Amino acid sequence: MPVAYTPGLRVAADTVIRKNRRLPMRGQVLVTAGQTVVAEAAVARAEMPGAAQLIRAAQMLHVEPQELPRHLVKRAGEEVQAGEAIARTRSLWGLLKNEVRSPISGIIEEISSTSGHIRVRERPRTVEVRAHVAGRVLEVIAGEGAVIEARGALVQGIFGVGGERRGVLRLVSDGPDQVLRAEAIQDCQGCVLVAGAGADGPTISRAANAGAAGLVVGAVSDEALRQYVGYDIGVAITGQEDVPMTLIITEGFGELPMARRTWELLGSLEGQLASVDGATQIRAGVIRPEIIVTREATAEAPPEAAPEQVVTVGSRVRVIREPNFGALGRVTALPPELTEIETESRVRIAAVKLDRGEEVRVPRANLELIQE
Amino acid sequence: MPGVARIVATDCGSTTTKAVLIERQEDGYHLIGRGEAPTTVEAPFDDVTVGVRNAIGELEELTGREFLGDGRVQTPCRSGSGADLYLSTSSAGGGLQMLVTGVVKTMTAESAQRAALGAGAIVIDVIAVDDGRADHERIARIRAIRPDMILMSGGTEGGTVQHLLDTAELLVAADARPRLGRAFKLPVIYAGNSEARQGVQQIVGERVELLMVDNLRPQLERENLGPAREAIHRLFLEHVMAQAPGYDELLTWTSAPVMSTPRAVGEMVQLAAREEGADVLAVDIGGATTDVFSVFGDQFNRTVSANLGLSYSVCNVLAEAGGSGIRRWIPAAMAESDLRDRLRNKMIRPTTIPQSVADLLLEQAVAREALRLALAHHGALASGLKGIQQARTMADVFTQVVSGASLVDMMSLGLIIGSGGILSHAPRREQAAMMITDAFEPRGVTKLAVDSIFMMPQLGVLASVLPEAAMQVFCRDCLIPLGTVIAPVGRAREGEAVLEWEMRGERGELRAGDLRRMPLPTGERAEVTLHPSRAMDVGAGRGRRWRGLVEGGAAGVIFDGRGRPLELPPDDRQRLTKLGQWMRAAGAMPGVS
Repeated sequence: MPVAYTPGLRVAADTVIRKNRRLPMRGQVLVTAGQTVVAEAAVARAEMPGAAQLIRAAQMLHVEPQELPRHLVKRAGEEVQAGEAIARTRSLWGLLKNEVRSPISGIIEEISSTSGHIRVRERPRTVEVRAHVAGRVLEVIAGEGAVIEARGALVQGIFGVGGERRGVLRLVSDGPDQVLRAEAIQDCQGCVLVAGAGADGPTISRAANAGAAGLVVGAVSDEALRQYVGYDIGVAITGQEDVPMTLIITEGFGELPMARRTWELLGSLEGQLASVDGATQIRAGVIRPEIIVTREATAEAPPEAAPEQVVTVGSRVRVIREPNFGALGRVTALPPELTEIETESRVRIAAVKLDRGEEVRVPRANLELIQE
Repeated sequence: MPGVARIVATDCGSTTTKAVLIERQEDGYHLIGRGEAPTTVEAPFDDVTVGVRNAIGELEELTGREFLGDGRVQTPCRSGSGADLYLSTSSAGGGLQMLVTGVVKTMTAESAQRAALGAGAIVIDVIAVDDGRADHERIARIRAIRPDMILMSGGTEGGTVQHLLDTAELLVAADARPRLGRAFKLPVIYAGNSEARQGVQQIVGERVELLMVDNLRPQLERENLGPAREAIHRLFLEHVMAQAPGYDELLTWTSAPVMSTPRAVGEMVQLAAREEGADVLAVDIGGATTDVFSVFGDQFNRTVSANLGLSYSVCNVLAEAGGSGIRRWIPAAMAESDLRDRLRNKMIRPTTIPQSVADLLLEQAVAREALRLALAHHGALASGLKGIQQARTMADVFTQVVSGASLVDMMSLGLIIGSGGILSHAPRREQAAMMITDAFEPRGVTKLAVDSIFMMPQLGVLASVLPEAAMQVFCRDCLIPLGTVIAPVGRAREGEAVLEWEMRGERGELRAGDLRRMPLPTGERAEVTLHPSRAMDVGAGRGRRWRGLVEGGAAGVIFDGRGRPLELPPDDRQRLTKLGQWMRAAGAMPGVS
């Protein structure tokens, strides 16, 4: 039976979710294996060395680097306040004074008689990694963090901006094919809003200004995205944007209804706490944005069903490129031979009967599996 | 190596590992087959050799031969199984990412950049005394980027010492850490003023893995990039590759050291330039980056435009060129908002392919802009040394030659090689020829070709061991000739005759603003005589006759009278009419035979 490799995005109502929670540098792990954690719980902590400032002291005092130690009023290892003198020269019987002051508060890390520079470092900053999802500590990664295992619903989006946030899920459109109206955004402080087919720039900003933690929507236009983040995103590596609300789109750009299955699953979870992350990386080691709603593990976790990754005759698919972008259908044939398409390219195609009745030929590369 | 009859070579790319089989036959070496599989550097595999075995496994299936035994490539070939040589290149895991430092941005820092790029690296930042940033900004940047390696340069011999010490202090203050391998020290190559070596050593101490090599710019008038490039290659193998999962194992399989992919392509481009006896420009346009390689005279240069690509970074081309910059190349009406949404959708689903003509024309338009921007970037860096006092004679007074002028001379260029899916797999070869011509605007007489299956990396590493085999396969199986472009340069009014030609007994005339094509099949050559009008030049000088052989290809001989620089009509209707005429004349318009 002919098949084609076409993975889709995950939309699972009840699955086992494992999240690697690691510090950007070595630090202290605060949890133990088997421990139950809430989403807000700190999993690991590290003291990030503060930023350093170089002071060209010898140059400022008009002395040779090797003479610098003679003029110090503070020593390496000592604490210093912003504006405090570190080194000083006097001339004309002490009448003229030349001083080097620290631009920041911190510790004098090094005084170099080779370069004549003084290095002052700000005090360390505490960095914490939180569990992000409520669950159980499956494994501790020594000095770095932990793997949290949770059970619940997982929805992958196609693209997002903004980092990890948590909030209560709330549906704000009348259906998956309805565009979000600005007046529907009310009393949404701290919520993760779910809209249908799209939202324009001002409406997205309105949601963010109203204090929403996240907005999940079928599609937005490039223009709306630019208006929200304030610039053209060039490379598809996101998650670090300085935006007040995480935005996740589930289908693509333009105006596209949210897939009914996604809409219905999120609708069934309305009122529950969702963990969202807009981080997207579309290249080797793909990262897609996620909406996770965990449940208490009262029973055995469901068996891990490997997501279907091959298209076969009868597979439910979505067309993910023009023409017919967004249309749903079922594969009726997978001819093995190369077929010439409108562009004159010869490619492997699939015959697809669209839900609206039409039978079309689509390059296999332009199909996405819909898990049933 | 006379006994080498069977060669297996792999290229471990970021997403795909490609394997090729080359065998010696009576008339020399030939490509026999090709297999590929996803690269497995990342989770859940975390072992590059899994992908290598899979790609070679596919090659075994397709060719009916055996290369693997005991879970590895067997060398040498015994009883018909295994290979006499197994070679590999790699750009997996994002390639070699380097930070370079220098004193003056356009002098030593630029030389350091050339050294790193020529060694196959991606330069993620250039720190220089005059880069306009404050020390704390530089420190924050060094800290944030986590390079694989740092190349430190600056000061000619006998020149500044203090600036080198300052840079060493910056590295220490930033507590620079490598991207891979949390436990190992960051490799730093020092290729600056030798008088500062001791001071730099004292400042950085044991914090980094410091390697001292000869000054890469010992005098303002001289670059010495070889030792720094060799050191980069050595540290790449010893440190960076050794940190990538599975490479320690792969290094025990290969018959020669694993080479970084861009370095291997660079080796092949240089070999091709020597064999052709001409200046060569090669471009590889990928999903994330566009690499440009050139050989002008005896100068080899490479640049990588890290965020100009056609899938992951397609929207970066949009950001740099603007919607109107891309739209101007589409010979059909398309609203800018529609164009932008289509490109965003390509970005998020990069493996999809154009099914409609509009989408195809859009992707080819993006390719033109990506190629144009990448060449501009290349031209800025592939330059003569800047900051040199030039001895001038009376004859120079009128030529106004400045130091640091770009080496890229489109008139002297003999061959352009295009590589990457959009060029190699364009539905019509004529479309590839037009994309290259529109983006690069070759001048005079220039041969065009595409790399059939992007085999240049494997051939580049093969060239380091068996150059004649690499060249034979390059000419026979790798390069697909597209034809020759003839573009007169000079001022002319629209419609004015700019060139008359004679070719195979036929005569023709080219007018300003027109593009014409004469068929000349692949493998054939024809003698052409060109008579440019008084103000025009095709390579022999203004108004001077040019006579020579031109090579055929799928696009034949293209006579391009559109002028240089190529300017499109500002009026939308006129632009659409012109684009349509040119594409039809070149045989590049989909649906029009």
